[in-house]
Amino acid sequence: MKKIALIICFVITAFVGSSQEKIYSTKAATISFFSSTPVEKIEAINSQVTAKLSDKSGQLAFILLIKGFKFDNALMQEHFNENYMESSKFPKADFKGIISNISTVNFAKDGIYAVTIDGNLTIHGVTKKITQTGTIEVKGGKIIAKSIFKIKVKDFGITGKYIGEKIANEVEATVVCTFD
Amino acid sequence: MTKKIIALSLLFINTVFSKDLLGQKDTSKTVDLFADLDKEVKATDANTVDYTGATFKSTRVINSHSVEMIGKNNLEYRISHRFGYISGGAYELFGLDNASMRNGLEYGISNRLNVGLGRSSIDKEFDGYIKYKLLRQSTGKVNMPISLVYLFSAMHTTLKSTEELSFTNRMSYAHQLLIARKFSDNFSLQLMPSLVHINAVPLAKDDNNLYSLGIGGRIKISKRVAITGEYFHQFNQLTGTTNSLSFGFDIETGGHVFQLHFTNSTGMTERTFITNTSGDWGAGDIRFGFNVSRMFVLKKAKGSRSSY
Repeated sequence: MKKIALIICFVITAFVGSSQEKIYSTKAATISFFSSTPVEKIEAINSQVTAKLSDKSGQLAFILLIKGFKFDNALMQEHFNENYMESSKFPKADFKGIISNISTVNFAKDGIYAVTIDGNLTIHGVTKKITQTGTIEVKGGKIIAKSIFKIKVKDFGITGKYIGEKIANEVEATVVCTFD
Repeated sequence: MTKKIIALSLLFINTVFSKDLLGQKDTSKTVDLFADLDKEVKATDANTVDYTGATFKSTRVINSHSVEMIGKNNLEYRISHRFGYISGGAYELFGLDNASMRNGLEYGISNRLNVGLGRSSIDKEFDGYIKYKLLRQSTGKVNMPISLVYLFSAMHTTLKSTEELSFTNRMSYAHQLLIARKFSDNFSLQLMPSLVHINAVPLAKDDNNLYSLGIGGRIKISKRVAITGEYFHQFNQLTGTTNSLSFGFDIETGGHVFQLHFTNSTGMTERTFITNTSGDWGAGDIRFGFNVSRMFVLKKAKGSRSSY
């Protein structure tokens, strides 16, 4: 009798243990930013972003190295790191947020789902609460999370003479996380 | 009793097994994905090489090359300009009536290999160089205390002379090692053991191989402005020449670096400033000069929306 009870316990724990929450993870998500002023357009891309997404809790997080942003103009890249982002002092930027309507996303069915995400964005050592919209695309087992949003440079304590002239006050950030 | 223990251990192993080996977590609580990410990042940090950037603001300290490189597919047009001696006084408008100039086109074949061509007004000299970054200062997985660059340059003078000089006799070469360390965000130092070989020297007693050791540095005084200094000590030198000594400012003007300086050298190639400097600082034989450059991006990343 005891043995049977134990076996049942054994089976149940095994069953419960293999729960349903799935964590999607990638180290090759991309984040680019685009600054556009009448004087100059500047775009840089970082394609070594680490990102994670939980299909149950809706937690979404990503982290990146500021030095990972690639510019076409290497000198500009250096100035970006040295003068604006101070990347030796603040080497990373990250976001930790929760997709509030994660339950509307059917991860088993192909489609594009609109989502809203609330969270904390940390850039240049300054953390700000943000609420943004984006999409989660389910496509043949692949999950693609996308969002395009504006960042006010001054909100994050990033200063410099050319902000507002050659560099836009608001830059557009594009986040694309492809989870296989 | 033993059976119970065995069973309980099995139960325990079972739980652990199902959680960890299957890579899945308990449903009763949500996984803290944020903590997970932090942990993962900490682990990868130790495996990443963090290269030190911006040891100097420009590819030149003042006259000499720095360990900074032109980025891949970037082309730099560089104008280096030195006025006359300040000691010329008001009559020469403190040197502004005279000028020595070098026009250069310099290109990044890769982030570690640069080539350049230049033409200087002094001696109507053409020059070409190859510059290769052997070591990059870094922390993290690879801890490299210095950056090391090898520079080879060749110079050819075309100034007409009374006695006919052969092509070979108009050639000079320079080999330099640039050893630099960025000690902090604000302070960088560079040592430059150099050999300049001049095929035809003015006097029979002069050596063809001229050895020197240069030292250069910068101190940043604000995000945008740095004070620079550069000195070359010659171990053997041409008759009538002195050591090159320069001080200046690097000023960043949005994507460009403007270098202003005072120097006793006239030329801007290794032969001319290391081994052919004749100005005496003590006598006011100082020139005001500047370097300006404009960077052109020859090849953009696919789909880039950048306008430069």
